[in-house]
Amino acid sequence: MKKEKVVGLEGSFAVSEAVRMANADVIAAYPITPQTHIVERLSEMVAEGELDAEFICVESEHSAMSACVGASAGGARVFTCTAGQGLELMHEVLYIPSSMRLPVVAVVANRALSAPLSVWCDHSDMMAVRDIGWIQMLAENNQQAFDLTLCAFRIAEDNEVLFPTMVHIDGFHLSHVIEDMRLPDAEEVAGFIPDYKHPFALDPDKPVSMGCYGPPFIYPETKRAQEVAFENVMPKILETWKVFGDRFGRYYAPVEKYRMGDAKIALLTMGSYSETAMLAIDELRAKGEDVGLIRLRLWRPFPFKEFREAVKGVEVLVVLDRCVSFGMGGPVCSEVKSALYDQQKKPHVVGFIGGLGGRDIPIEEFEYMIQGALEKVKAIERGEEVETEMIGIRE
Amino acid sequence: MKKEETDLFVPRLVTTEENFAPGHRACIGCGEALAVRHVCKALGRNVIIVNATGCIEVFSSVLPQTSWCVPWIHTIFENVGAVVSGIESAYKARVRKGKIPDKNVKFVGFAGDGGTSDIGLQALSGAMERGHNFLYCCFDNEAYMNTGIQRSSSTPYGAWTTTAPYGKKSIGQATWKKNMPEIAVAHKIPYVATACPSYPFDLMDKVKRGLEIEGPAYVHIFSPCPTGWRSPPELTIEIGRLAVETGVFPLYEVINGEYRLNYDFTDLKPVREYMKPQRRFRHLTEDIIDKIQARVEKEYLKLREKAGVK
Repeated sequence: MKKEKVVGLEGSFAVSEAVRMANADVIAAYPITPQTHIVERLSEMVAEGELDAEFICVESEHSAMSACVGASAGGARVFTCTAGQGLELMHEVLYIPSSMRLPVVAVVANRALSAPLSVWCDHSDMMAVRDIGWIQMLAENNQQAFDLTLCAFRIAEDNEVLFPTMVHIDGFHLSHVIEDMRLPDAEEVAGFIPDYKHPFALDPDKPVSMGCYGPPFIYPETKRAQEVAFENVMPKILETWKVFGDRFGRYYAPVEKYRMGDAKIALLTMGSYSETAMLAIDELRAKGEDVGLIRLRLWRPFPFKEFREAVKGVEVLVVLDRCVSFGMGGPVCSEVKSALYDQQKKPHVVGFIGGLGGRDIPIEEFEYMIQGALEKVKAIERGEEVETEMIGIRE
Repeated sequence: MKKEETDLFVPRLVTTEENFAPGHRACIGCGEALAVRHVCKALGRNVIIVNATGCIEVFSSVLPQTSWCVPWIHTIFENVGAVVSGIESAYKARVRKGKIPDKNVKFVGFAGDGGTSDIGLQALSGAMERGHNFLYCCFDNEAYMNTGIQRSSSTPYGAWTTTAPYGKKSIGQATWKKNMPEIAVAHKIPYVATACPSYPFDLMDKVKRGLEIEGPAYVHIFSPCPTGWRSPPELTIEIGRLAVETGVFPLYEVINGEYRLNYDFTDLKPVREYMKPQRRFRHLTEDIIDKIQARVEKEYLKLREKAGVK
């Protein structure tokens, strides 16, 4: 019998519980909506002595990530969280822990980017940090926000991984919504997350130079070494999710399927809208349509193998992006297409953009996208150009 | 000085151990490299150094070599204050949680004048305000030397730089040098000092004091740069001395808000003597030099007043 309790928790509090149970040593963060409830809850925990950590209330997100880099280089278990503009301000520093193999764990409460100012959710912030060399995964509900944050510590700090890891939780949809979830016993969690020891942390007894200067004769080799190391993280991610599943009863995969069975049409989503999409799939299935849902759980490294496996037999793949790559359509759609390019047999891929700046996507719009995609495929087959459609727009 | 003299006297005052190894790529006559060497002697080996991007980082850490005999980290340009905050916090937390023994490790930030008074000011201000236990050394060579002598807010009035050139409509740098030590003082931190490698024992004493004091300490180190100042490399020490003796760069400490003038001169040498060997000032007209002279005297008097010198 697993020791756990069912509680109602906001996504932000779920993440905070994971950080507490992981017994983080250093937290450095700067408040930004919709991440604020995480820093507030963690501050409370530190103030009440429930979490023995140094909470550095830095003066910007740039310094938040810089302090995390320093703390991680100093051998500590490190956590930060941010959103939207804050992630953008961190941008320059985000490349440092991935290049220097420092396992910082970050949660991003996804938020749209200015202008105009929007504190609400979309995935523009996440897409702007695609290439920073972090492991990145997405939660769809508060349980997953908790589970994946825990897993992030174990994955990142594995001495065969040592890469920073980012968990994306949709701002407000998860960060501010209370859901029931299962909170495992702290001892069980302690057994899941081993003590952390960085193999070459800054220590006067064993001096190392970190972050040296790399002229052209050596820089490309450092990047190749980083790439090779990053290619090797996938088995550790899979292993961690397997161990987590065996211990806590919830299993995760890089690409997760819903009612895919014999589906000829598949919808691809990321993040919290996957749950709404499931309802749409249920309704369409009830009407007898061969549709299913593919959810990308892991965004980096991109799960090529699992993704190609998931779309086998699919004729039309409908991709929902919550971000615009201006002049290029939707970024997820572009990546999905490139992942399929070399395949002999591949589905038509039709992209839609929706849910920008917190705009709701109701069930009917998911149904609309699937129906609309079939029309677009007909147009493609007639040799016509098909543009990425932005849904739910008042023209 | 003859070898036997140094053998007899200097080693009694300063360790012969080098914590900043020779063989680095600093320019000939670099005042900053000399200052780093002195600072590192004073720091000893029980420290962790955080370095901003800039000359020091570039000339000391070209892969796969390093001059650092102590743990050292460089990440980017403007975040030394934040990185050192993180390392100090990591140490505190890990000692408190029994993960490592307390060995009284010290934390030190290194940056140039650009990395301190321009792009790194916010991170440094945050770290000083939060009261982390660290020493910050600003190596001030009065411009962005690493990128090719561009002006910073620490460049002195009238000086030539590549982005503040003199010309028909320009005297060179048209603004007065930002007073970074006073900005540090305004944070009410326990220790602020100015220093110069031309006064090595004074410099090392200040570094040791800053290191031992509990809380943030700031030492602003005047670092002559022959390459950027267009001065003969063999005059680096001389120019540093003249900066102090003319009142251009007075050596003082502010301990818990109390000013102490370390070298006081009732008769300051004229600033012309300091400027003469530096081609960056060569274009200045007499009236501009007089203006600088007046300003230096006025500032020096203010400092004497703060230090209670009658």
